[in-house]
Order: sequence, then C-alpha cells, then structure tokens
Amino acid sequence: MAVINITVNGIKISKEIADNTILSDFLRDDLALTGTHIGCDTSQCGACVVHLNGNSIKSCTALVADCDRSEITTIEGLATNGKLHPMQEAFKKNHGLQCGFCTPGMVMSAVDLLKKNKNPSEQEIRDWLEGNICRCTGYQGIVAAVKDAASKM
Amino acid sequence: MKSFNFKSATNTKEAVKLISGRATFLAGGMTLLPAIKLRLAAYSDLINIKKIKGLSGIKVSSKSLRIGSTTTHAEVAASKEVGKSISSLAILAEGIGDPQVRNRGTIGGSIANNDPAADYPSACLALNATIHTSKRKISADKFFTGMFETDLKKGELVESIEFEVPEKSSYAKFPNPASRYALVGVYVAKLKKEVRVAVTGVESCVFRCKKLEDALSSNFSSSAIDNVNISSKGFNADIHASAEYRAHIIKVMAKKAVSSC
Repeated sequence: MAVINITVNGIKISKEIADNTILSDFLRDDLALTGTHIGCDTSQCGACVVHLNGNSIKSCTALVADCDRSEITTIEGLATNGKLHPMQEAFKKNHGLQCGFCTPGMVMSAVDLLKKNKNPSEQEIRDWLEGNICRCTGYQGIVAAVKDAASKM
Repeated sequence: MKSFNFKSATNTKEAVKLISGRATFLAGGMTLLPAIKLRLAAYSDLINIKKIKGLSGIKVSSKSLRIGSTTTHAEVAASKEVGKSISSLAILAEGIGDPQVRNRGTIGGSIANNDPAADYPSACLALNATIHTSKRKISADKFFTGMFETDLKKGELVESIEFEVPEKSSYAKFPNPASRYALVGVYVAKLKKEVRVAVTGVESCVFRCKKLEDALSSNFSSSAIDNVNISSKGFNADIHASAEYRAHIIKVMAKKAVSSC
C-alpha cells in the first residue's frame, strides 16, 4: 500500500492504494468514473483509453502507482460546462457509434490524434485507430466523425 | 492480479540494488503487465526504472545513434535525429503495436523481453548494435540467445542501445493483421564493412540470414535475392502462416527492403 497523488479530470486526488492496482479498475471502482470501459482487459481493444499527461494510453495496462504525480483525463473530463467536446459532438452527428461500448476509448484516442496531427488523412485516421476495436459500426461513421471533428477543432 | 510491491528507483545503482528474490525491472510494462495479469509471470517486486533520468533520450554522432532504454517507441518514431541518421529505425518504431502501446512501450523493454516476433531485435542485429548495460557492453550478435531469452544476467539493467549508422538500411514487415507483430520482418542494412540481414517472426529467436547477406554483399540489389534458396526447416508454423509460407515471405520482404533502401 502507498499513498498516490494524481490529478483526474482536473481534480487532485490523494488516496492509499494497493501497489498492484490497475488504473482502469481504480477509475471505475474507486472514483466511479465508469465512462472508461474494460473490454478485453488485455490492452488490445482500446475501450479503456485515457490520457496520461496528454498522451493516450490503455488504462487496463497501467499501474496507478506508476501514475503518481501525473495527470489523467478520462471521457468524463472532455465536456466543459455541460457542453460536449467537438469530438463527442462529431461522433453523435456522424453516427460514430451504435452500442457505444468502444466509444469512450475511440473518442479519447481520436482526441490524441488531433493533438498530434491537426488534419489527418483518412488513412492516417484508420492507422491511428489501430488499437481501438469496434464491433458495430464498420468504422465508416467513426472515421467520418474524426474527419468532421478535425475540420472544427 | 497477484500482489507485488511497486518501487521506483531514481538511479541505476539503486534499481540494481532493489533486485533481489523474485523482483524484476518495469519500464513501459506493455508485455510485463499483461503477462502478470494472465498469470504467465509472478513477481514479488516491480522496480520502476522510468524515473531514472539518464535512461531516456537519443544521442547522435556521425558513426552511431544511441537510444536510452526507457525511450518510448513514440519518441523514437517522432525523433528528428533518428529520422535523419537512421530513418528505417524511426519507421520500424512507428509500426510497433498501436499508438497507445507506442506511447508507453520502450526500446529497452522490447529487447530485454526478446519476443520472437518483436521488431527491435532485428534492428539490433542488422545495425550491429551494442547493448550497454549496468555491468558491461554486449554485442547484439551475442545478446539474443533464444525464445524470450537474452544474455542479460539477473539484476543486469539495459541502459542504452548503440546502433551503427549504416550507408543504407530498410525494414520491411509483413504484420499479423490483428496484433501487428511480425509474421515475417526483414531488416536489411548496408554498413561500412558488411551487409547484414536480420529476420524476425520466423524462428524462436531473431537471426541473421547468411544466404541473403552473401547475395547482397556481392550485389546489393533486389534482383540478387531472386536466386537465393531459403529452407523452411525449423521455421515457425501456426494458424497464421506455414513454415513454407514464411520462407517465401522472407524473400518478398527482403526484396521490398532492398528496393526501398
């Protein structure tokens, strides 16, 4: 057990946790931030993607202890004052989701892409979303959403 | 998940000292953590080495490129220095796993794990790399000893990897469409004194292909590969590809690599 200090969606948190606590479990079970989904739990599906100090990572394959004194952003941290993030709006508008299970990870991954590449091509979007699996949409709506968001962000 | 103690080291000496009993080093954890979660591995202590400042970073000279062990794949892929001095290495890093794995996974972790289908071990062999550890220098030719096995001793920490800057080089990978691991990966490098060809994904451990090296030494062109006969004996065979198919793809990837040198 050790006390860790992390900032989650702008809120500073100090908490005693077991050394083997996984970030995705911590977010969901300790902080009730259930927007971060656990799909495969083996860092393949991408439903659990969050940002660690601004970079997208798979939270099912990160230790909370390893995130001490770091900043985490989850899907709950994207909207401001009840207004959806442009990427969330774009997913909604372009039918970028059906069942919605993969969506938080897709959105967090796509936001990271646009930070690094403001105007990605369709191929670059598809390559970037390599680590996010969707079993409903066939990806067409998702790619359209990311393109749409890129034009507005 | 089985319980363990998490400790962060601030320098190499401290990290090495903390290794005792069933302890191991933790860098990006992209292999180690899933292995623990799946109960393929169990440790009493994980020693985090990412807070050790000297272990991350890229240094270039005219003859060599040195990458610190905790440098992430994303950092290598985006590095202007790597792009300028050994662009094939930046391209290799860009092709590992997915963006989230590249944001966490490290070069030192990749080579210390020595997955039979990992990309970086082939770069080490082809670019005549020297592995700098907390104890000594090891040539890449002696470093990779078998499936998930290296010459590293217990408590020996990889500090940096020093690659020879080649005249020309290229890496061609035929990736598994799901995992992006190499079904076959071929790294071709024309160094000052020799031509090296390293193959990954094909046997239990990365290896140099002498037949391709000989053919390309006398004629560094993709047509020189046409007459090389690659035997599939001892090659991996699984649901993704037969041994014969892998033998065929080695030549296809080697030609592709030479043409894009």
